[in-house]
Amino acid sequence: MLLIEDKQIVVPGEILAEGDYHSGRGTFKDVDKVCSSLVGLVAVRDKKISVIPLQSKYIPKRGDVVIGKISDIRFSMWELDINSPYSGILPAAEVFGKEKRELNRAFDVGDVLFLRVVDVDEVKKVKLGLKGRGLGKFRGGILIHITPTKVPRLIGKKGSMINMIKDQTRCEVVVGQNGVVWVKGKPEMERVVQKVVKTIEEEAHTSGLTDRIRDMLLEILGEGKEKTEDVKKEEDEFKEELIQ
Amino acid sequence: MIIILTSKLIKNSNKGSLVTSGTKKRPDGRAFDEMRHLKIEAGVLERADGSSYVEIGDNKVLAAVYGPRELYVRRLLKPNMAILRCRYNMAPFSVEDRKRPGPDRRSIEISKITAEALNPAVFLEKFPRSTIDVFIEVLQAEGGTRCAGITAASVALADAGIPMRDMVAACAAGKSEGQVVMDLSEWEDKEGEADLPIAMMPRTGDITLLQMDGHLTSDEFEKALDLAIKGCQIISEEQKNAIKNRYGD
Repeated sequence: MLLIEDKQIVVPGEILAEGDYHSGRGTFKDVDKVCSSLVGLVAVRDKKISVIPLQSKYIPKRGDVVIGKISDIRFSMWELDINSPYSGILPAAEVFGKEKRELNRAFDVGDVLFLRVVDVDEVKKVKLGLKGRGLGKFRGGILIHITPTKVPRLIGKKGSMINMIKDQTRCEVVVGQNGVVWVKGKPEMERVVQKVVKTIEEEAHTSGLTDRIRDMLLEILGEGKEKTEDVKKEEDEFKEELIQ
Repeated sequence: MIIILTSKLIKNSNKGSLVTSGTKKRPDGRAFDEMRHLKIEAGVLERADGSSYVEIGDNKVLAAVYGPRELYVRRLLKPNMAILRCRYNMAPFSVEDRKRPGPDRRSIEISKITAEALNPAVFLEKFPRSTIDVFIEVLQAEGGTRCAGITAASVALADAGIPMRDMVAACAAGKSEGQVVMDLSEWEDKEGEADLPIAMMPRTGDITLLQMDGHLTSDEFEKALDLAIKGCQIISEEQKNAIKNRYGD
C-alpha cells in the first residue's frame, strides 16, 4: 500500500509504503514498511521507492569529474579540498610521470584544478588524476558552491540549462560533480552567473525552472545593457559640458 | 547509556484516559496536559549545512549542523562509522543573572546526553571516518532547554540532509503543586517536585533519553511518562511541518 504520491516532499522517518515495495536510495526498510531517511522528493518506479535528497554532501565515486582546491603539498603528492567529508590526493606521478620535480613549481596551495576521481579505496582515500580531456588548472574566475544533488538540475536535459547560461552571459562555466562551479568571464557577468546558479539551487525542486531562469537572465541582462547605455549618455553630456 | 523502551509503553499510553483527577490550572494558566506555544523554523543560517530555530514558550534555541566533514582528531576517528559531536551552550544573556560564558558542569552533561539522544537516529555508518558536528545555542532560557535543544538539533540534522531513521523529538513532564503536568516551565521546574525530560523517536516509540530529577511514585512516573510521550508526538508533528514549510510555498 503506497502512502504517498510521486514527487511529494517527505521527512526522515516518514512511512512511504507498507507491504510489497522495495526500498531504493534514501529509504530504508523497517519490517514490512518502507521509510524515508532523508528530506527529499519521492520517486516511485514500479515497486521501487526512492527519495531524492534536497541537500547532501558529495561522496566521491570512481569516474566522477570534480573541482578541487589544493590545500597542502606533501612529499610526493598534493592534498585537495573537494567539498566532501574526504579530502583528495593527487600523486606527483599523475603530473610528472616517473621523474621527480619540485611540486610547488607545478601547482601551489590555493590553485584550483579540474580532476577526475581515479579511485576510492576502503579507507576512503580519494585518488585523483589529471589525465583526460579538459582536465587541468584553472586560471582566474570565481568558484560557486552548490549542493551536489542539484548538479543535474544546473546542467539540465542534455546541457540545456548550462548552455543557455553560457550563451547568454558569454562566460566559461565548468561544473564539477562535487557541486563546485567555476565561472570565468567579465566580472559583472560572473556575478550574474553566480546569482542565477544560486537561484537554480534554491528552486531546483520546482518545475518549469529552465523557462523561469531564461526570463530572469533576459531581465538582468536587458537591464544591464540599458544601464551601460545610460552611463554612456551621461558621459557624453559631461564631455560636452567640459568642452563648453 | 541509552534507554530504549519498546513500543509496548506507547500502546499502553493510548489506551484509556490519561490523568483525569485534579485538573486545576497551572500558574501560567495552562491545563495539566497543555504545551507552551511552539514555533520551529528550519534553514535559518546561511553558512551552516543545516540549521533550525525553536521557540518553546520563552525558550529560544538555535541549532546548527556541520558535516559530515573531515575529522582531524585522529584518536576519535571510527573506521566504520561517523561520529556525532555535540555542543550545548547557553548565551550569557539567556538567563536573568548573567551566566559566566563557556562550558560548565551542566552544559557538558547536556552536550553529552544530547549527542547520545541523537545517536541512535542517525545512519552514522553511511559516512565512515568523518564527523557530524551539532551546535546548540540557547539564546533565552525558560525551563526545558535540553528538550528544546534536542528538538532543534534533530530538525537541523534533517535540514543538513543527513540520513536518519526518524526525527528525534524531546519533551519534559513532571510534578508541580502535587499535579503531574506536561512541559514544565521554569517556575515549575524550580519549585516543582519532579522533572522528567525524555527524547524519543515517535515512529517506533524508542526512547533515546530519559532523565529524572526529584521524586515520583511509580504511578506518577507512568502518568508523567505518558504525558511526555504525548508532548513528543505534538512536537514531532511541528518538526515535520517546519521542514516541509521550508521547501513548500
